[in-house]
Amino acid sequence: MNSASEVSVSAQGRESWLPLLQRAATEVFEIMLGTKLEPVTEMSPLPASEITAMVGLAGQLCGVLTLRCGFATAALMASKMRGVEPQQADPQLWDATGEICNMIAGNFKNKLTGLSDRCMLSVPTVISGDDDTFHSLADAGTIEIVMTFETHPIVIALEVHS
Amino acid sequence: MEKIRALIVDDSSVMRKIVERSLRQAGIDLAQVREAGNGAEALAILGDGSVDLILCDINMPVMDGLEFVRPLQAMDAAKRAPVMMITTEGSESHVVQALSLGARGYLRKPFTPDQVKEHVIPVLEK
Repeated sequence: MNSASEVSVSAQGRESWLPLLQRAATEVFEIMLGTKLEPVTEMSPLPASEITAMVGLAGQLCGVLTLRCGFATAALMASKMRGVEPQQADPQLWDATGEICNMIAGNFKNKLTGLSDRCMLSVPTVISGDDDTFHSLADAGTIEIVMTFETHPIVIALEVHS
Repeated sequence: MEKIRALIVDDSSVMRKIVERSLRQAGIDLAQVREAGNGAEALAILGDGSVDLILCDINMPVMDGLEFVRPLQAMDAAKRAPVMMITTEGSESHVVQALSLGARGYLRKPFTPDQVKEHVIPVLEK
């Protein structure tokens, strides 16, 4: 079995994290929202992200996991989680997006052997608006996946601190 | 199985609803569901009346799940409802700590109704 010390944040190590991040996100959407995420096959310019959920990771792996999407997408996520119509899910939109981001972060770190006990998650933070710039102090690169949730694009990124 | 009075403790109102829905989907007959956004609110609810089952998130602001479970040990065992921890962290040390403080089991998010059934029903049947 790998020990925690084998969790590597090297560029080579991070390459192997992409499918793990993809699987972590896919599982959360399938189990909690009953929806299959689809990979984006054709890259077209993404619409502006109106909601950004963030969860910090601290410990052996330091960084920030973010989930970015539009308001309509977040409302759809909240409606699927609550089992209500999207227009009724507005008050829960931030809560739902933050919780999904939190579960993806937890599920991802649990897939990295030996990391679960050596990396803690912050409570989620959600910001809204499409005119913000995200400045992370991450200095060891970013892995990013773009997937579609019922035709709506969502961007999930892990910014890693060395 | 008798009707259950459940207390669901999570800082996410959406997650509280998901936990409630999962309990119902698992075939657990709920007579009453009370909700708390953190451990301190949950302790206040317990001071106001008893419940049969507590499902509690670990990572919460104000008072987290581990701090919440600790004072429950001082309660009369006959009156103490079983506590199931719900965790996103999957941290073994958190789980071991929760179990040592008296929690009866744990569920890792994301969870299916089948997993809720598998973990919660044995606790209720004891």
